[in-house]
Amino acid sequence: MIAYLFIILGLVFIFFGTLGIIRFPDIYTRLQTSSKCDAAGAVALLVGLMVREGLDSLSLRILIILVFLLLTNPVASHAIARSAAIRGIKPWRKKKKC
Amino acid sequence: MTAVTIIITVLGITASLALYRVIFGPTPWDRLIAVNLISSKVVMIMVAAAVFFERRIYLDVALVYAIIGFVSIIAISKFLESEDTDRK
Repeated sequence: MIAYLFIILGLVFIFFGTLGIIRFPDIYTRLQTSSKCDAAGAVALLVGLMVREGLDSLSLRILIILVFLLLTNPVASHAIARSAAIRGIKPWRKKKKC
Repeated sequence: MTAVTIIITVLGITASLALYRVIFGPTPWDRLIAVNLISSKVVMIMVAAAVFFERRIYLDVALVYAIIGFVSIIAISKFLESEDTDRK
């Protein structure tokens, strides 16, 4: 029961992260929702699968994948944002009515 | 309608929605963000299949896929960072 609660939480995070990827107007805002989707959604889903499996060698391997995703997703997001900032992409501003 | 069907269906549908940003993205970085997202979702699909179908070999495949995705994202962002690649 707790496992399926975690899995549903992860699927909700993933769905809204993908919705943000489609709807948001700029690179940096899209990167923010993508990072949330990767970190929170993947961690919740994999923790739910680990709880469902129980203490096992399979659940230990899932823990290794989870730690790897937690370490590498912020690094990839930071590399993309740094590359876009060096090439001079300006952040999005809301247009004022004139 | 079992649990693994729901999980794999939701992950596949959201990966197909992220494919829209890969095709119509205005800049290369948008495409890169969407590819990163799809790679992460494929890893999650593989882990769910390994747990529910009792196939342990999928976990090794998922770990190697995550490593290759990370290295490719770093390499492409370093390539786009250099000034002499003239692209928009």
